[in-house]
Amino acid sequence: MSEVLANSPKGHIEVKNFSLAYETIEGAVQAVTDTQIHVRPGEFVSIVGPSGCGKSTLLNAVAGFLKPTTGVVTVDGERVNGPSAERGMVFQQYSLFPWKTVRENVEFGLKMRGMPRSQRERAARTLLGLAGLEAFEKHYPEKLSGGMKQRVGIVRALATGPKVLLLDEPFGALDAQTRVIMQQILTNMWQRLKISVLFVTHDIDEAIFLSDRVYCMTARPGSIKAEIPIPLERPRQQSMMMSSEFLALRRGLMSLIREESLKAMGGEINDLGMQGLNIELHGHSLADVI
Amino acid sequence: MSSPALVRQPEDSMPATALAEAGSAPAAIIRPSTPPSFATLGLRWYRLNRAGLRAAAIGVISLLAFLLVWHLLTTYRVVFFVRFTNVPSPLAVYDSFIKAIHDPKFLMHILLSCRRIFIGFSLAAIVGVPLGLIMGRFKLVHEVIFPVAEVLRPIPAIAWVPMAIMLWPTNEQSIVYITFLGSFFPILVNTLHGMSLVDPVLVRAAQCLGARERSIFREVYFPASLPHIFTGLTVGMGVAWVSLIAAEMISGQYGIGYFTWEAYSLVQYADIALGMIAIGVLGLGSSLLIRGAGQLVMPWRST
Repeated sequence: MSEVLANSPKGHIEVKNFSLAYETIEGAVQAVTDTQIHVRPGEFVSIVGPSGCGKSTLLNAVAGFLKPTTGVVTVDGERVNGPSAERGMVFQQYSLFPWKTVRENVEFGLKMRGMPRSQRERAARTLLGLAGLEAFEKHYPEKLSGGMKQRVGIVRALATGPKVLLLDEPFGALDAQTRVIMQQILTNMWQRLKISVLFVTHDIDEAIFLSDRVYCMTARPGSIKAEIPIPLERPRQQSMMMSSEFLALRRGLMSLIREESLKAMGGEINDLGMQGLNIELHGHSLADVI
Repeated sequence: MSSPALVRQPEDSMPATALAEAGSAPAAIIRPSTPPSFATLGLRWYRLNRAGLRAAAIGVISLLAFLLVWHLLTTYRVVFFVRFTNVPSPLAVYDSFIKAIHDPKFLMHILLSCRRIFIGFSLAAIVGVPLGLIMGRFKLVHEVIFPVAEVLRPIPAIAWVPMAIMLWPTNEQSIVYITFLGSFFPILVNTLHGMSLVDPVLVRAAQCLGARERSIFREVYFPASLPHIFTGLTVGMGVAWVSLIAAEMISGQYGIGYFTWEAYSLVQYADIALGMIAIGVLGLGSSLLIRGAGQLVMPWRST
């Protein structure tokens, strides 16, 4: 445990001159272009943007699942060449192994590292205890609620003591109350472990509430539209979400994203043909309705 | 980290008792202070298993009804498109069953059939499952083997009989070979199907927990495919019996299929039905065995 908990800040993520294109039959489709982001050791950074803007693509490249078309991704100066246990990842779909119990899921990374059984059992129990899950160590994931599954997912990603934690809309499938609790849990763990977090979400409140800094992406092809520092003090409380400071940040981010969403939708709508839409809208123009 | 938020989970759909204990002690089942009497236990057991008992009762009634209809049709020798004139009655079959279980020859027929199934089916599983896993993982192997498998697969095992007799030196071997062929393709195809459905996110999850190719195969692909592998084994077992009986009827000297065919040639009508029922019971028994094995191997699937 000492290994996992008592770390000094580490995990400096740098993404430089990044672009990523997919090959399709109609030619290359640019998903992300000309993007620079960085996460300082121990920093909590979120990426927000309209849907389809390539924020998950960017995260997957940091994880090592996708190779950049141009540019480099480095963590603590080392180039990312593929997935590794140094970069823990939490997925929206929980992605727990259904055939493993909660504890076996948490143990998985340690097992891959070759840690002896008794030792990794102890480590997994301690971690599950921190997340209030030790009573469920022998349950199979299927029996757990969404919030519990995602707590297991986070604990599993943290078990190997990664330098950075990458989260891809981890609370997107949870209901509002659960989400608030999960945000609290994540903040607690992050502060305790002092690791860098890169968090992708489409929820602006969530991004502001959790982060030290928020990157806002443009519509596809995605690039960084703005970088917004969040100067709210820590520890953050739910009540802060009503503060004028929070609301001002929220308004700013909202208008940035709305601009991009409209740009993205505008393209689609033009493709579909405005005429058809006008008929459906009974004569009101699209702008009126929006 | 002992923040109350970690322990209290209003969203959780777990039972309230388990919730209250989460974070302190393992979730316990509600335990009354005094042990309940046998009567309460019996009542509780009845309540919990009511649906199962109902199904069992209806099952028994429907089997009895089947026997009754069979009995009536044969006693009155009904002829209505289908002729029941020579069909043995249930009682006649029961008589020949009693005779047969004291006859070592009948038991030998059954044992031999079981042995052929065991060898043929086991070989099919030992070859089919790993081959399916490897084909699912390595594109080249898939590209090489799949076309051949697709051409051979639609050939019914029974059409293999003449070829099998030419291929194998003994009759016994050719019958086992046909049983093998019958179960091999369902096992292979279902294993492949299972491999193709493995959630790529789980593979990614394993990769960023430090798993290498071999571990991913063992810890992700294989267990993820197990439900489909067992579907393949169940279907394969059914086809194995079909193929075995066909092979035994055509080229056998022993075995329950041969027994049934021989009964027809010797005009022992009761034995025909006895052979058929024996085949049915053996087929059912072997599927149950596979289902039981499946539950043992996949504890996460049982409720």
